[in-house]
Amino acid sequence: MAFGGSVERESFYEAPGRYRGILSWILSTDHKRIGLMYLAGVLTFFSIGVTLGILMRINLIDPGRFITARIYNSLFTVHGVIQIFLFIIPGIPASLGNFFLPILIGAKDVAFPRINLMSWWLYMIGGVLVVLSIFTDGKAPDTGWTFYAPYSIRTPTNVSVALIGVFILGFSSILTGLNFVTTIHRLRAPGMKWFRMPLFVWSLYATAWTQVLATPILGITLFLLVLERFFGIGFFDPVKGGDPILFEHLFWIYSHPAVYIMILPAMGVVSEIFPVFSKRTIFGYKAIAFSSLGIAFFGYLVWGHHMFTSGMSDTSRIIFSLITFLVAVPSGVKVFNWIATMYKGSVETDSPLLFCLAFIFLFSIGGLTGLINGTLSLNLYIHGTYFIVGHFHYTMFGGTGFGFFAGLHYWFPKMFGKMYNERLAKLSLLVLFIGFNILYFSMFILGLQGMPRRYFSYLPKFHTNHVISTVGSWILALGLIMMFGNLIRSMFRGEKAPDNPWGGKTLEWQIPSPPPRENFEEIPVIKHGAYKYD
Amino acid sequence: MRDTGTILFLSMEKISDTAAEHHVDYVGAKMGMWVFLFTELLLFGGLFLLYSVYRLRYAADFHRSAAELDIFLGTANTVILLTSSLSMVCSLLAMKKEKTNLSLLLQIVTILSGVLFLVNKFIEWSAHIERGIYPDSPVVLAMSGGEIIFYSLYYVMTGIHGLHVLVGVGLISATVIFTFRRTIGPSNFVKLENTGLYWHFVDIIWIYLFPLFYLIT
Repeated sequence: MAFGGSVERESFYEAPGRYRGILSWILSTDHKRIGLMYLAGVLTFFSIGVTLGILMRINLIDPGRFITARIYNSLFTVHGVIQIFLFIIPGIPASLGNFFLPILIGAKDVAFPRINLMSWWLYMIGGVLVVLSIFTDGKAPDTGWTFYAPYSIRTPTNVSVALIGVFILGFSSILTGLNFVTTIHRLRAPGMKWFRMPLFVWSLYATAWTQVLATPILGITLFLLVLERFFGIGFFDPVKGGDPILFEHLFWIYSHPAVYIMILPAMGVVSEIFPVFSKRTIFGYKAIAFSSLGIAFFGYLVWGHHMFTSGMSDTSRIIFSLITFLVAVPSGVKVFNWIATMYKGSVETDSPLLFCLAFIFLFSIGGLTGLINGTLSLNLYIHGTYFIVGHFHYTMFGGTGFGFFAGLHYWFPKMFGKMYNERLAKLSLLVLFIGFNILYFSMFILGLQGMPRRYFSYLPKFHTNHVISTVGSWILALGLIMMFGNLIRSMFRGEKAPDNPWGGKTLEWQIPSPPPRENFEEIPVIKHGAYKYD
Repeated sequence: MRDTGTILFLSMEKISDTAAEHHVDYVGAKMGMWVFLFTELLLFGGLFLLYSVYRLRYAADFHRSAAELDIFLGTANTVILLTSSLSMVCSLLAMKKEKTNLSLLLQIVTILSGVLFLVNKFIEWSAHIERGIYPDSPVVLAMSGGEIIFYSLYYVMTGIHGLHVLVGVGLISATVIFTFRRTIGPSNFVKLENTGLYWHFVDIIWIYLFPLFYLIT
């Protein structure tokens, strides 16, 4: 089943378009170019976010010596805003998703190519605004990424610039979601039935709906906050009869589903990689597909677990706690299915698979500590401590981040037509993994000891663990430099990649590396499921 | 002609085989519009949620403040917007029946209705502002918490709605230009239809805003 794979054709890099030079990228409606532009944008913002994070860790070795308290507050705010809204949320869907979704379903492009380009522009404008908020007037936002009212109304810092930036990013996210939903419904190749779609597509589908149905709430909430700051409308201001708790509700009605916008695509990437490197069909295809939808659905109903200490009634707290536990079920289903896929398989331990195994390990720790957070009695004790910080870095960075890295290594040969240095990839994973655990596991211990999050300084008893954590952040940074160094170098100097280096069965491996402009010479006809290994 | 909206999701499966072949995908374009309208609904949903919470908390204040609004202007605007929805849907029907000029005329009528609505809104807001009633004004801040919130909700919700009317007027102006250029025609009217869907959505939001602010006294 090769769709023009053997024929030598121009790749989408070389294919002549309407424009030349830089314009051939920033005005291109080709989903592959847009995907790569997103990749560049996402990773640029990621590196800024990481830098801010490392500066925070440096302060915590010896609070006040290198960084003032005011700057520290801005650091954790902008670090959070960048990593959440500019890296983790758009990360996989907008970059890898844009590049591979149409190819995986046998289409030539997404349903609305021009809207796709527009969403990239909105992403860049929003992202630049967020970064600019650091520099305007020397007063970077200091509210934390959650923008809780009423402080976000009163603070003299540049919250409005960041808020408008995130508002625009919301539009970008909605348009991407809308595009993907329509693409998956309308542009599947003949014979590509719903249950023949690769699982990455399923996860993008669930993600896209969540983006469409949750993001508008964030949009209107942040917009109201801007109006609050400019016109004093008073919705979230107790002095004017408003209620700040309502802000928390509206914020988390979006931001909890957003957690699944972040993790679902990573789960999809992992579901692609396990069968290919086990040379077996995926175990429990439908279970994985439906668990994506299940996670997306339950994800809407658990926002209250961020607010257990806000004075909600016991009844609602118990219900939110219970539904929170339910989310763990579909997540567990996925983990066991991935493991079962390897059983009796012919496992090849190339770097994409190793990244996936690291993903499962770290995500499991993140997920299981999530159950601790969701337990009402325990939550009251660890709420607002470093335990929470450790937990969400294990899920978001250990989960989504490592899933993203796995996807980068898996699809790198297809995207760039080059191979990377496999030994260096493995080595950098090892360094990343060690650094990651030193950095974030010490946060669990700090949290249980009672260290509150977002504090500039701390009691002497926390010192040792803070130093350990900071050393971990340096190791992690080294790992990131090694990994991206390897990938960037290989883009230019790597060996030429074959069309199908891993022996994958999905459509993207049946076309040349890098793919031609229109992906397929003729639209393929699909006769069986995505992972057919004999 | 296929009926809009409701049966859309059921019918997608059957047609999907041919969609990949054609560049212009009628069902896909409409589906995208419907998904977009969901997001708009949720955007206003956040505001309606705020309204219901505060209405419950400050029922008496809401009752008192709502009596201050001008029911005549509100009713006039409701009639204008409902009529404009009629002219919008008729313009689509005319287009489908190949009466391009009639369609063009009806589109312009819709634009004028939208503008009339905004002028009305402007008169109404100006009257309030002259009396010192606007968010954060000394007059309003002297009132009770419930009244402050009521007027803020009034300005924010009708304001964001008015913004949508303005965008709608812009969109219909674009369809007028497209109709002139024959980019929209009897065989290719999905742009007009989607604009119509948007316009009806804006109308529906007003149908809810009107009783919530003017009729609850």
